[in-house]
Amino acid sequence: MSVVQKLGNVDRRIIFLLIALAVIIPLVFNISFMEHPTPIVQVIFDKIESLPEGSKVLLPFDYGPSTAPELEPMATAVTRHCCKKNHKMYIMALWPTGQAQALRIIENVIEEEFPDKVYGTDYVHLGYKAGGYGLINTILADLKKMYTTDAPGTHIDDIAMMSDIQNLRDFAFICNFSAGFPGLKEWVQFAGDPGDIPVAGGTTAVSAPLLYPYYPRQMLGMMGGLKGAAEYEAALVHQYPEYEFVYQRAIAIMGPQAIAHLVIIIFIIIGNITFFIEKKRQKKIG
Amino acid sequence: MYALQVWIGALLTLMIFSFLYKDNPFYKFAEHLFVGVSAAYWMVVGVWGTMVPNMLAKIHPPLVRNILPALANAEPEYHYIIPCIFGILLLTRLINPIAWLSRWALAFIIGYTAGVRFSRYLQSDFVGQIKSTLIPIVAVNDSGFSIGMTFSHVVLIVGVVCGLIYFFFSKEHKGAFGAASRVGIYILMVTFGASFGYTVMARISLLIGRMSFLGEWIGMILGWFS
Repeated sequence: MSVVQKLGNVDRRIIFLLIALAVIIPLVFNISFMEHPTPIVQVIFDKIESLPEGSKVLLPFDYGPSTAPELEPMATAVTRHCCKKNHKMYIMALWPTGQAQALRIIENVIEEEFPDKVYGTDYVHLGYKAGGYGLINTILADLKKMYTTDAPGTHIDDIAMMSDIQNLRDFAFICNFSAGFPGLKEWVQFAGDPGDIPVAGGTTAVSAPLLYPYYPRQMLGMMGGLKGAAEYEAALVHQYPEYEFVYQRAIAIMGPQAIAHLVIIIFIIIGNITFFIEKKRQKKIG
Repeated sequence: MYALQVWIGALLTLMIFSFLYKDNPFYKFAEHLFVGVSAAYWMVVGVWGTMVPNMLAKIHPPLVRNILPALANAEPEYHYIIPCIFGILLLTRLINPIAWLSRWALAFIIGYTAGVRFSRYLQSDFVGQIKSTLIPIVAVNDSGFSIGMTFSHVVLIVGVVCGLIYFFFSKEHKGAFGAASRVGIYILMVTFGASFGYTVMARISLLIGRMSFLGEWIGMILGWFS
């Protein structure tokens, strides 16, 4: 077998091993690269930064543990930013697993880094409600029709920061973290467009291409996958230099990400070269 | 307790990864365990997340006094019996002689979904997208003519028009029309390539997440020995 044929028929387990090494080595040696926010991410940062202190921000958590590696870093960064700006955070979930993911952010970010934040005054966890886009449709008109208690079970009328919330139009901004359906697309279709509410968010990289058509008119901005999360973290560090020494997960993981992508690109190039050489050889024989 | 969770997670991760070498009983065990736990988890979520607060607490609030005390004193809302009946009708699909009853519930679901989504899709995905394409070919910003924005707008308009032309099958794709259709194909190919690239990024991100977790597990083991 010639070298070209051997390269074209590499055992896939060797490819798996090389990808694994491309991920493990940068993780072990903490290889990372500088990130710069692109306009589509910067606009989300600028929106939260420009909102007056105490603005009402809705943070729907529509993802589960399987997509947490991509979405948790951006959820962490955005929640941190909202806390820094003293915005009032209304946390909810269209996914059942989103409720637990939101709890992780509350425990690891709000309670740990901002212990002065008071539940019920600065943030509230409304929890999961079934219904998907039907739920969004309903709470656009009347939020308390669906949310009679918060996640821990307190009656909604007993929560101070819910007193002046009637529906979604009372929120200054909706920043969604979504892994699929229902998610950011549904928030744009059922809340942003009919309610004229600024909607933005972060999605998994798989969903990102489907949402670009909504930018910028119907969707303010979007953090697409881990890259989007890293860009938001970079914007946060640039604005608040004290976070330079806080572990930024997405920026740290982008190093292995970039190197793994490079390995895949090399394999694609090798595959194409061997394909065309083999095709030419077959033509000569034929 | 946390150490036990990490050990179980790490061992199951390695069992799943073992499939990359070849299929084996460890992989099969982990896969079956995942399916079983997922089914049970979603059933529990369905009961406590939907049926208890949205059915029991609405129809007979005193029933949830020990679970959701905030709702126990609410007025009963008996109209929730209607979706309860529809839910039971759906389950008749499993009983052959009366499976036809489930069609009523399905009809309601399909009708509602079509009605709600039809108007939103028309507004956001049809009219909204047409509006977003109606942009000036020559872009001007605060500092005057912007070549970057102009190029961007031209690519967007040409891409949308040529992409739509490709899917117009009422006219033969010949001449200028055929050329525009060909440009449309290339635009679509670029889109598919970008979509593929994003998908690769997503999968690698998840792999890095798992590797990071395994690193935490190995760190824990090394910590015990040091």
